[in-house]
Amino acid sequence: MIRLENLTKIFETQKGSVVAADHITMEVPSGEICILLGPSGCGKTTTLKMINRIVPPTSGKVFIEGEDTSGMQTQDLRRNIGYVIQQIGLFPNMTIEENITAVPRLLGWDAKRYRERARELMDVIAMDPNLFLNRYPSELSGGQQQRIGVARALAADPPVMLMDEPFGAIDPINRAVIQDEFLKMQQALKKTILFVSHDIDEAIKMGDRIAIFRDGRLVQLSEPDDLLAAPKDDFVESFLGDDRALKRLNLVRVGDIVSSEIGTVKPGDTLATALERMDDHGYQLSILMVNDRNEPVGMIPRSVASFTRGYCRDHFQPLPGTIHVRDNLRKATSLMFAEDTTWLPCIDDDGRICGQITQRAMTRHLGARFRAAERAVTEPATGA
Amino acid sequence: MLASMLQRFGRLLLLALVFAAGAWTYSTGFIDEFMWHWPDVQYLTMQHIWLTAMSGSLAIAVGIPLGIVLSRPGMAKVAESIMQVLNVGTTIPTLAVLALSMSFLGIGTVPAVFGLFVATLLPITRNTFTGLAGISPALLEAAAGIGMSPMQRLFRVELPNALYVIFAGIRTALTINVGTVPLAFLIGAGGLGELIFTGIDLFDPAMMLAGAIPTAMLAIAVDASIALIAFLVVPRGVNPNRA
Repeated sequence: MIRLENLTKIFETQKGSVVAADHITMEVPSGEICILLGPSGCGKTTTLKMINRIVPPTSGKVFIEGEDTSGMQTQDLRRNIGYVIQQIGLFPNMTIEENITAVPRLLGWDAKRYRERARELMDVIAMDPNLFLNRYPSELSGGQQQRIGVARALAADPPVMLMDEPFGAIDPINRAVIQDEFLKMQQALKKTILFVSHDIDEAIKMGDRIAIFRDGRLVQLSEPDDLLAAPKDDFVESFLGDDRALKRLNLVRVGDIVSSEIGTVKPGDTLATALERMDDHGYQLSILMVNDRNEPVGMIPRSVASFTRGYCRDHFQPLPGTIHVRDNLRKATSLMFAEDTTWLPCIDDDGRICGQITQRAMTRHLGARFRAAERAVTEPATGA
Repeated sequence: MLASMLQRFGRLLLLALVFAAGAWTYSTGFIDEFMWHWPDVQYLTMQHIWLTAMSGSLAIAVGIPLGIVLSRPGMAKVAESIMQVLNVGTTIPTLAVLALSMSFLGIGTVPAVFGLFVATLLPITRNTFTGLAGISPALLEAAAGIGMSPMQRLFRVELPNALYVIFAGIRTALTINVGTVPLAFLIGAGGLGELIFTGIDLFDPAMMLAGAIPTAMLAIAVDASIALIAFLVVPRGVNPNRA
């Protein structure tokens, strides 16, 4: 857990005092990633760097795991905090192994222990220890270097990590890969992480919470979905962008809004049965056909069912696509747009049909959150 | 194919030329004359090396710490002006420095070593300073951020990464030093300058060359051995020669 209490930084410049961070008070619960987000010069990096005193705070307190850090020696404090920076900052004169074991060696571990730890960490970041441990940073690609940077920060198993735009200098394709790897790693490691970013999409993807900064002040601290649904003011709203409703598509799973009620036909049913069932369920265009194991195999269009006689198995058409319940709405939307359809069958892990998702259900779900948020803003709760 | 044949031919031609030059110098009696000075050459070479070693190690012992001190953040304001003073110092010809140090310290080894020390100091200090100043701020922040003390930062990160540049400074400085030692003869400190200047005064080219050739070879040897030390000492990750 990290708690900041009235953390303030005032820089004295020739033009007078500049308040870089103004009484920042916030808390990051254990095991969560909190993204500090905002335009450049908003104080997010200053706030981060005050925690490990790279920027000495003017006033205020930092608590780590409930303990006030102001009494701790700077070096002891830093050795207990993992630190990853955008420029990576691997030591070019040291091998990868020496880089990773830098903190354990500072802490005086014996050689056998830190060697083992280095191999362990290489497994965590999915790099071959035999191949890389004896290399030098200059022999690695940018993405590989930043993985090593993360491993170095994790070396002494600190409970808390500070990451300053860690993936900002990596090309977009590798960035997505390394973000996914990092999230997977975090699921196992459960570190408490403060993470500076200026990329709203990265923040939504990585953050359990997002803290929006502006002019040295913390404007809003919310979970990503709440933030997108209910930006606190015009600044946050404009920072999130005009397409913030679309951004929420990333955050909602198909499973959250799937409707389990779905009419289907079997290959052995007649087309007349199919038409009847379409009318029963009110389907305008088509009905899904499933096999005996309940796996979707095709669909019967209304036009076929109305004017033809026979069995479904002889007249079905291929499906536009299916969507997995754990996929997010962004993927579902993309598929719908690509296939010009307003609904998609949803499947579970075994490939069996478990319901459907419609454009109507999606817009209703997203809209409901917006309306709820608007009500909360315009009609503040009254009473005791 | 053609290239390798040309190369072979070139090598043979070079050997033939060296042989011809040797035969010619022998036939003129030059080698005998040269060898006549051999005991002097041996003695004076030792003296020459000693002067270089004394002044050079003094310059390293002072120059590197000075460069380190100047590169500390607290010194940022005065560092540039001190470097300027040192820069002006090197524009004074070495002969003038030797003459000046003679007027304070008299004649002999002490003023010579002092004069050579002053001439050698600057390249070492300057390269130490630039090498340390050139280390990327990100590296320093990473080193501080993982909890290194200022001393650990200096010895584990800053110096190893600046070592290549520092060695380049030492190499330049000592090579210049070896070439400057002959001037020390003029203030009575001996060295191979004794053969060179006396040879000039006596119109005796053999004597002059008996001083000049060993001086040149010494300079090359010093340059090569420092390059070798640098190759071995500078960590592989920051050594462009060992990439």
